[in-house]
Amino acid sequence: MAKHYTATESLAALGDPTRRAIFERVATRPSAVGDLARGLPVSRPAVSQHLKVLKEAGLVTETPEGTRRIYRLDPRGIAAMRDWLDQYWSTALHAFAAFADEQAESKEEKPK
Amino acid sequence: MSIAPIVHTVQVKAAPARAFEIFTSRMQDWWPNGKTVGKKPHVAIVAEPHEGGRWFERDAEGTETHWGKVLAWEPPARLLLGWQLNSQWTFDPDFITEVEMTFAPVAGGGTLVRLEHRNLERFGADAEKHAASLNGGWPTLLADFAKYTDNQA
Repeated sequence: MAKHYTATESLAALGDPTRRAIFERVATRPSAVGDLARGLPVSRPAVSQHLKVLKEAGLVTETPEGTRRIYRLDPRGIAAMRDWLDQYWSTALHAFAAFADEQAESKEEKPK
Repeated sequence: MSIAPIVHTVQVKAAPARAFEIFTSRMQDWWPNGKTVGKKPHVAIVAEPHEGGRWFERDAEGTETHWGKVLAWEPPARLLLGWQLNSQWTFDPDFITEVEMTFAPVAGGGTLVRLEHRNLERFGADAEKHAASLNGGWPTLLADFAKYTDNQA
């Protein structure tokens, strides 16, 4: 069954600084746990744990490659996080356009 | 790393200079009701017309609620705003994302208005607080947000 990812879940998962650092690294380049642990001051099991949370929040996915698991960005969680802001701006910008056009029209009508 | 910016465009009948003017000086008239962050309804939304200017709303009692600041003021073509409302919709001087507005003339008259809200990955920074306050009294906008997210389920 497809899991739905909410913006709240995604934002909460990124609240932890280490987790955010891991997320940013995965975003830069798909990586294995070992690669990620090498560049960070945390243990490999800790990195695995953070990846698990990121995965549950729909922010990363894993794919097996030989004996390793490669983590990459999962667009679903990120999409949820963006959606609400996207909707917000869409509403605001359309309200602006409607208002601006109303102004333009009332100006055009004046010389009648 | 970055999250893809939010981009929206709308076309308006007014020329760029006029569109820029309405966008900046009439914010309180077009900004959707209930989409602001102050505790009380706004009577003004002000983006001070110069680089470094403040961007805020004001209620009938004169209380100002800050949104951010003006990073570039280049009429009629471009406006760069610093959106400093974090994921709790609270002004945070240490938090900043950019909202860039461009106003491009369209052949035959009118303006193509483009909005780009970027640096969205920075919203993650205070996400824990954000999640924790879900049960508290959020301002209208955040309630809208929660409703919206739920509707996505």
